[in-house]
Amino acid sequence: MSKALDVRDLTVAYGQIAAVRGASFTVEPGEIATIIGANGAGKTTILNALCGLRDVRAGTVTLGGEDITHLPPHERVRHGLAQVPEGRRLFGRMSVAENLEIGGYARSDHAAQKHDLDHVLELFPRLRERYRQLAGTLSGGEQQMVAMGRALMAKPRVLLLDEPTMGLAPQIVDLVLDAVRRVNREGVTVLLVEQNAYGALEIADRAFVLESGEITLTGHGLELINHERVRSAYLGHEA
Amino acid sequence: MSDAARSATEPGALAEWLRRSTWVDHILLAIRIGVAALVLVGLAGGLTAGTYSAADFASFALFGLTIGSIYALIALGYTMVYGILRMINFAHGDVMMVGSFAGLFAAGALNDVGIVSAWPLLALPLVLAAGMAAGALVSIAIERIAYRPFLHVRSLAPLICAIGMSFILQYAARGLFGTRNRAYPGFGWMEGTIGAFGLTIPIPQVVAFAAALIVLAGLLAVVKLSRLGKAMRAVAEDRDAAALVGIDVSAVIVATFAIGGAMAGVAGVLYALVFKQITVFMGFFLGVKGFAAAILGGIGNLGGALLGGLVLGLAEALGPALILEGYGLPAPYQLKDVIGYGMLVMILIFRPQGLLGERLAAKRA
Repeated sequence: MSKALDVRDLTVAYGQIAAVRGASFTVEPGEIATIIGANGAGKTTILNALCGLRDVRAGTVTLGGEDITHLPPHERVRHGLAQVPEGRRLFGRMSVAENLEIGGYARSDHAAQKHDLDHVLELFPRLRERYRQLAGTLSGGEQQMVAMGRALMAKPRVLLLDEPTMGLAPQIVDLVLDAVRRVNREGVTVLLVEQNAYGALEIADRAFVLESGEITLTGHGLELINHERVRSAYLGHEA
Repeated sequence: MSDAARSATEPGALAEWLRRSTWVDHILLAIRIGVAALVLVGLAGGLTAGTYSAADFASFALFGLTIGSIYALIALGYTMVYGILRMINFAHGDVMMVGSFAGLFAAGALNDVGIVSAWPLLALPLVLAAGMAAGALVSIAIERIAYRPFLHVRSLAPLICAIGMSFILQYAARGLFGTRNRAYPGFGWMEGTIGAFGLTIPIPQVVAFAAALIVLAGLLAVVKLSRLGKAMRAVAEDRDAAALVGIDVSAVIVATFAIGGAMAGVAGVLYALVFKQITVFMGFFLGVKGFAAAILGGIGNLGGALLGGLVLGLAEALGPALILEGYGLPAPYQLKDVIGYGMLVMILIFRPQGLLGERLAAKRA
């Protein structure tokens, strides 16, 4: 079976400065993978290159065996890649309902969309109460739920999440990470980028440590939690 | 003036206001008082002079609504493109000119093949369709040449390119069609007037107003209800987020230019039906009117463009008779643009976001 996501020698540059330098990693179908790293290590740049918002200078991105390196972003959604962007990026002047509905924009199977909408509302019952409200008026946690729901409405095979727990209260963080785990159990491959390294490593089957645009460590999530360098650099333990 | 009124009721508040306010506030207040006085004195003079009857004012107002609805059609093109690209399409007025000329040539062709005499009622929608098609095509070309290359670059280059496109269209038309005024045909049944409520209204005015309202309603329905409309609103709010949900952003931008261009084309034909003649330079002054209407209503806001167009049309049509007549000016109607643009300047000073616009400190959800 082909890899869910296969990234080879990915280089992404802003002008002369390479933000990601020859990063390679693979995510197997059904896994939760995570990229952890400090601010500015290039995590968001990698995700933006994966979903097509950033041009790739060198390297390839393969999704389920198909080369998507040079596809425009909206085509990648049709190939089964969805992203929950950093800072959520909801359509604040549209209702929750419209945000979720537009998540399925690339699809033509209306009956299945209705089913997936029910599923999203079951995953995040809070959204049912907020259904007709403008997305811009929701709390941060609720907005994160809408952002995840919107991405799920595209029925992705691979879901990219960029800092989904940033700025959320601890119990909402747990709720979001639980939802990630549940979505994953239902068959969606997840690539999670987090500064909250502990939470991410706890649920990850596979983890990559990104430092200055290069992947320096790879391993199972729990393995890396106990890794000396990870503990000192990202988990705040004394080495 | 509300500040001053409030301060008069509270003891010491006037002193407080004087202490807090700067010379800019004083000048702004003086402008408000000056303009209000000018308008009130003019109104009093105009109404007591009795030059015009109530029926006259009613027909001025109807004319204002007609021309206002045409301004609104043009304004929508500016406002839609602004909403999505945060840029003004300076060539938009000339798109309207091209649409108007396409309508003129279509009418000539229809006349030659005998359709105008055989089915005079059919000729109007065909001429409008020609104007729409030409407007849409030219607008798509402008997007392709002046805007697409700069889609991912933060730069003023598209604005400069659009100004260049405006001159290219204007002078190409000048070279091809000449600078003389062209008489616009009227399809027989459009000569004449309709009598209603004791007023006589020229048929072209009724047709233009009705057609403009139909097109405007159609556009609002598309934006509110259709899949394309939702995609347009999504791209307007956050282009990257729209791409991430699978919206083809480039296609939406092209569609926006096409729709705006089609509406400008309609506006060009309707304007010509009312005023009976066109020139290759009409794109400039009507473009500025449409732009003013878009700013007046709040740029980026569709309802605002509609309201701005109607308000500008009404102000131009009623202003000279209502306000300027009272000053005994020899030809007040020649000054209608002073009123229109004077209002624009006032809006920019006192309500920069326009009548329906949101404040510029828009946050990202």
